[in-house]
Amino acid sequence: MTGDPIITMNRVSKEFGDVLAVDNMSLSIREGEFVTLLGPSGCGKSTALKMIAGILPLTAGEITISPAKGNAEHDLGFVFQEPTLKPWASVFDNVYLPLRLAGVGRSDGEPRVREALKEVGLSRFARSYPRQLSGGMKMRVSIARALVSRPRILLMDEPFAALDEMTRTKLNNDLMQLSDDHGLTVVFVTHSVFESVYLSTRVIVMAARPGRLVADMPLDAPWPRSEDYRTSIEFTDEARRVSETLKGTLHVDEIDH
Amino acid sequence: MSTKSTTDRTRGVHEDGGAPINIGHLRRARRERILSWVMPITLLVVAICIWEFLVRYHEIPKYLIPAPSLIAETLVRDFASLMASSWFTVKLTFLSLALAIVGGVLLGALFALSRPVELSLFPFAVILQVTPVVAIAPLILIYVDSTFAALLICAWIVAFFPILTNTVVGLRSADHNLRDLFTMYRATPWQKLRYLLAPSALPYFMAALRVAGGLALIGAVVAEFVAGTAGQHTGLASRIIESSFRSEIPRMFAALFLVSLLGIVIFLLTSWASHRVLGHWHESEIRREL
Ligand SMILES: Nc1ncnc2c1ncn2[C@@H]1O[C@H](COP(=O)(O)OP(=O)(O)OP(=O)(O)O)[C@@H](O)[C@H]1O
Ligand SMILES: [Mg+2]
Repeated sequence: MTGDPIITMNRVSKEFGDVLAVDNMSLSIREGEFVTLLGPSGCGKSTALKMIAGILPLTAGEITISPAKGNAEHDLGFVFQEPTLKPWASVFDNVYLPLRLAGVGRSDGEPRVREALKEVGLSRFARSYPRQLSGGMKMRVSIARALVSRPRILLMDEPFAALDEMTRTKLNNDLMQLSDDHGLTVVFVTHSVFESVYLSTRVIVMAARPGRLVADMPLDAPWPRSEDYRTSIEFTDEARRVSETLKGTLHVDEIDH
Repeated sequence: MSTKSTTDRTRGVHEDGGAPINIGHLRRARRERILSWVMPITLLVVAICIWEFLVRYHEIPKYLIPAPSLIAETLVRDFASLMASSWFTVKLTFLSLALAIVGGVLLGALFALSRPVELSLFPFAVILQVTPVVAIAPLILIYVDSTFAALLICAWIVAFFPILTNTVVGLRSADHNLRDLFTMYRATPWQKLRYLLAPSALPYFMAALRVAGGLALIGAVVAEFVAGTAGQHTGLASRIIESSFRSEIPRMFAALFLVSLLGIVIFLLTSWASHRVLGHWHESEIRREL
């Protein structure tokens, strides 16, 4: 299922003034992997993700993204913790944004926007405005926007953290399905152990002060996961293993201070 | 996401199809809208009637407080001269407002784009703003030959500042994550301005426009008072001064009435524009559908 390295972080650091947000992080992500970055608040997860997206400049090190083979407008899609939609634009125009910025005309873009909206189950809401949608629906629009440029890599920063349990479960399943269908490589930031174990094929555990990578844990259960996996012994065991690693980082942290 | 969730579907029905409970709300909203017009107008008519009655009953001389009927009569009798003056003031006000919009937006965009430009020019904009226009007007009248141009400059100074500051704040108010998204998609500066910064600034700009509209009128009237110009091509302020010299109090009231009317029209126009532009999305203009 997984292939060649697609994202390579080589000894990457990021300082904000005298805060070392990410310290000497090296990581190689292969094509088709679903990787979660897991760690306590302030450990530099968002910072790492934004550096991969090219939004934040690095202080040291380098990040390479292997050249695209296909004809996507853009290699990356990004989903923020908040839906981050333009309130003045309709759902259609919000999803059309990446294509518009890439110079795709409206008539050429239209079928692709419709397709993306269909994939997230919002075909009927193309003309609605964000304020008319529920939190979960706004998040779906945000995902449609990230997918419309047919990226190879999807970066998500705690996308479902603000949603209720049921919506979150539903979106988790849909997301796995989508990334499987499109052969996406996903880097997913979360601070929920259960979400990370359920969703991903590999968990990267990070610790704070300074933000750094402390463990790289592959999860072997068949992927995409089914709803049954959530209640299996295997899931519980993996969750305990990840949870203990995470606790270990907190413990070390306390001794440090 | 490949299958439509039931929650989405039920919600859609609720939003598209009018649920019966909505009708009561609609009725109430319509009644409220009608009341918001009927109430102030009724009150105004009642006040005018009381005024008319008191003036007649106590036989107050017309050089103290003229009756509304006399003011109306004066309006009709002096229609030609008052209209010419009104037109002058309208021209002055709207031209200065237009120039304030152009200048405020252009300079605001420049400030928002370049910190050094803002740092070096902003203090001068502030000085221009905090110095009362009444104090600068005589100087401007001396230096500028054309009276109309001088008055225009005075009104412009007053109206320009709120547009400038709000444009700067508005252009900087764009959501940070959206900015990052535009950066990630390698948007050109023009795309960023067109699709992100300008729409984000719009609510701020519209708020400034409502303030600046009123200020342009104040500027136009005050400047004309300072200029104290007489003759044919002058505005409503000149009619007021003139009437005061001649103790033609009803005419003064008539001119005053026209100034207020102009102010109200400007207020309604800018409010309407704001509603047209922001009505479909911005919190300040949305009537919530309950
Ligand atoms: N723009 C910034 N300026 C200054 N410091 C920053 C900035 N962004 C992040 N930091 C600092 O970098 C560190 C890591 O922040 P980051 O947002 O990456 O954490 P996080 O792991 O995403 O946390 P959370 O789970 O709360 O979102 C924090 O200590 C934060 O204070
Ligand atoms: Mg974060």
